[in-house]
Amino acid sequence: MSEARDEIFAQVRAAISKNLDATLESSQSRFAEAKNRINDHPVNLVPARGRLGKKARVDLFIREAERVNATVVRVSGLSLVPREVVKFLTNNNLPMLLKVSPETSEKRIAWKNQTLLKVSEGRADGKDFSSFSLAYAGVAETGTLVVLSGRKSPTTLNFLPPCQICMVYASHILGSYEEVWARLRDSSKNDGSNVFLPRNVNWITGPSRTADIEQTILLGAHGPQRLHVVIIDD
Amino acid sequence: MDPTTENFKTNVRKAIADNNLSIALSKLSEGFPAQRSKAVNRLPEFEDLRDQAREIKEHVLKNLDFYLEKFESRVLESGGKVHWCRSAAEARSTILRITRAVGAKTVTKSKSMIGEEISINEHLEQHGIEPVETDLGEYIIQLRNEKPSHIIAPAIHLTMKQVANTFRKKHLHLAPERSLNKPRELLEEARDELRQKFLCADVGLTGANMLIAETGSIVLVTNEGNADLTYSLPKTHIAIASLEKIVPTLEDASTILRVLARSATGQEMSVYTTFCTGPKRSDDLDGPENFHIVIIDNGRSDMLGGEFNDMLMCIRCGACLNHCPVYKVIGGHAYGWVYSGPMGATLIPNLIGIDKSHHLAHASTLCGKCEEVCPMRIQLPRMLRSWRQLYFERHRVTSISRQLLKIWSFLATWPSLYRFVFSIIIAALVSISRKRGRFKKMPFFSKWTKNFDLPVPEGGTFIDRWNRRKQL
Amino acid sequence: MSINVANEPSVGLFATCLVDLMRPSVGFATAKLIKNTGCNVIVPIEQTCCGQPAYNSGDNVGAKAIARKVILAFKNFEYIVVPSGSCASMISNHYPTLFKEDGEWLCRAKDLAKKTFELTNFLADIQNAKDFSAGYDGVVTYHDSCSSLRELQIKDQPRKLLKKIKGLELIEGIESETCCGFGGLFCVKYPEISSHIVDAKISDILSTKADTLLANDLGCLINISGKLKRRGSLIKVRHIAEVLANMTDVPPIGDGFMEKKTSCK
Repeated sequence: MSEARDEIFAQVRAAISKNLDATLESSQSRFAEAKNRINDHPVNLVPARGRLGKKARVDLFIREAERVNATVVRVSGLSLVPREVVKFLTNNNLPMLLKVSPETSEKRIAWKNQTLLKVSEGRADGKDFSSFSLAYAGVAETGTLVVLSGRKSPTTLNFLPPCQICMVYASHILGSYEEVWARLRDSSKNDGSNVFLPRNVNWITGPSRTADIEQTILLGAHGPQRLHVVIIDD
Repeated sequence: MDPTTENFKTNVRKAIADNNLSIALSKLSEGFPAQRSKAVNRLPEFEDLRDQAREIKEHVLKNLDFYLEKFESRVLESGGKVHWCRSAAEARSTILRITRAVGAKTVTKSKSMIGEEISINEHLEQHGIEPVETDLGEYIIQLRNEKPSHIIAPAIHLTMKQVANTFRKKHLHLAPERSLNKPRELLEEARDELRQKFLCADVGLTGANMLIAETGSIVLVTNEGNADLTYSLPKTHIAIASLEKIVPTLEDASTILRVLARSATGQEMSVYTTFCTGPKRSDDLDGPENFHIVIIDNGRSDMLGGEFNDMLMCIRCGACLNHCPVYKVIGGHAYGWVYSGPMGATLIPNLIGIDKSHHLAHASTLCGKCEEVCPMRIQLPRMLRSWRQLYFERHRVTSISRQLLKIWSFLATWPSLYRFVFSIIIAALVSISRKRGRFKKMPFFSKWTKNFDLPVPEGGTFIDRWNRRKQL
Repeated sequence: MSINVANEPSVGLFATCLVDLMRPSVGFATAKLIKNTGCNVIVPIEQTCCGQPAYNSGDNVGAKAIARKVILAFKNFEYIVVPSGSCASMISNHYPTLFKEDGEWLCRAKDLAKKTFELTNFLADIQNAKDFSAGYDGVVTYHDSCSSLRELQIKDQPRKLLKKIKGLELIEGIESETCCGFGGLFCVKYPEISSHIVDAKISDILSTKADTLLANDLGCLINISGKLKRRGSLIKVRHIAEVLANMTDVPPIGDGFMEKKTSCK
């Protein structure tokens, strides 16, 4: 439909130039400003609470996540994760069934040590009770987890099962959203791709909720009813 | 959806008489403003962030052509397809074409105001494709064949009982004796019903809160997670957005997101904020194989750079609705079309014309609370006044109130005549009712005196009495 | 009677149409308050209305015609003081907008705008008025008119002044900043909506248990008092100038000169 495209652009340009003192110079300089903005992607104001030191960041992250009804626990190492997961499932009367993302499979975490827990890996199939995945980062500002889609991290794991368990390294709990973008950009410079974002970047701030029925807040609208965060102290 | 904006007064009467609606609206007016206030108090930088958010949008609109082109090229680089639509009709046929091309029978949908604006659901249904709303509020009103009454809480006008009755009527395959007395029971039922739809859908249709030029990403914001199930499960993801939704960079999007949820519901951040870029990558384990973004003009380019340019900065948070004294009395349906509250009153005439929708611009006290709470500092009262000016200039219709206004304005430019005429009127009113101090009835003002007493003038005019004193 | 006006700032009093026609005592109270701060008060006879009704109805031509008259009538004063937030804002904010494409009148409008002040703003911020011999025995709640609050940023000024009134107790309503539903012609065009808005306002006023409502805008006061009376309330409604100037002999708004005492509904 390039006719439509042309017409839309013509109208947009006409509307803009009508309100500018449009000399060639000024239209070139106006694009210059926009081009710089894209290239430099300047960081705007970051609130003070997004600029804390490491310990304060982790504390803030935990407080904010709990404020939005996530549960949070800290463990001192990866080897303690399976036991923590079993404890969580037991305490909440949930089945001992877990679907893990391939990047958190047996190759990385010793699930087999928990013999009562049945673990499979892959994307969600709509029948899973609980999922386990790794967050790329946490954002202390609002207790937000940042999860990426990828060949070892299916997005559906974070949304279909009613219970979501997500682990994040303490050193990956950053202060602000902008720091996460900076990290993603840096890592992409290494593989030379122009498209440095994965298909999905999910910011997750607590379990799913709705207030659509008489403004009563209910958890587990379509996404998970429970979000359990396991912080690995590193 | 056909507008009923011309029947505003009838709509208002109906709304005021609706008891359930009054209860719902009083809950809204206690809830959302208080929550916003709490969130604002928790963030010392909030006012500065509002300023920055507005600056970003001002800059975008001055460079919209640049950013639209950038966005398009990034989407194409990531493997997505971009469709440009001048009008609602073009958008409808484009979306239908895409859904037909993949043989779709069912389309799951997350909340999209532009989707309502172009009436995409009706269009798909007419062509044998089933659209399924997945936002809980939208799902409920879809079952009831109603339209949203609030831009972020579409079913806010309904009581739990009404929702339960609807479920009983429509979910006939479920046991009639089941309990639907608690909100959780209703939620569980809706969740189960929609789960199957999510899993079987051929196409997922979402809106987009923002389009990020730098990366060709769309931003989806929900609390339920329904948008994420909508785009991630089917083979094809179609996103629809109007062209002013562009922001330059990921950082700019982050700034706007900081003011969005706080303004809307008082949350620090919505539960699920998702950045989607193109279709799935070749080795992704899930995600849509096809990604289409349908960019719609439908009147926006006409607003650009003009009197109503500000309205293009709206991020659809709903704060203006939540704080509007008029909305709190009449609710969203009374506005008669897709949008409501102060943003609706300002935007709708741009889309369907002021002739059909002039009531919306006039039914405001211009109290300015909307502008006070708008995260983008949109000058809503100024634009409502502009609509009144445009309407006044276009219409030589002489109603009684317009005649009276003309007489008043004329007298006001002729002080001696003004004084003469009003001295007589005042003297007459005073002689009728000085003792009581007020009138229960007054000709020409009977609609007002139905509900209010009018005070009797004190007697004499200030100017006359001042001059008499000076002469002593 | 003051004789020497040489050192006294000259103040043009713009009474507003509602004060002029409905409640002149507010004009007299305003004049007294301004005079007490050492100003020479003049009331130009060529004044009628500020043009708001026309402006808010979209009649810019009519509004401009009225505005020109006001600009000419008030051009020679050091200050213009107005006992109404909405009228003061009309002059100081909206006149320049009205004439934004008219070079000569734009200059004049801006000049006038610079020196136009709402009454409590003038008393508190410009004149730093401190001495009030006034007393008022009552519990007062204050309504912030929308124009005063949002167009002129007037919030503390009336409260600062009321604190100086002996015997007066001030109680804030939770919704003191919420619109009363007047909106000029809005309440005539959409009376049912207006009625509901003012009902909500009145619930807030009643919850303060105040016996007096004050504000600086007669439009709001007439609107609220009209509903209060219809609901049988005995709450006294006055313009703040009357209390500050200790001129509360005139019956409150909507009360007659021989008011029978009846109980509230």
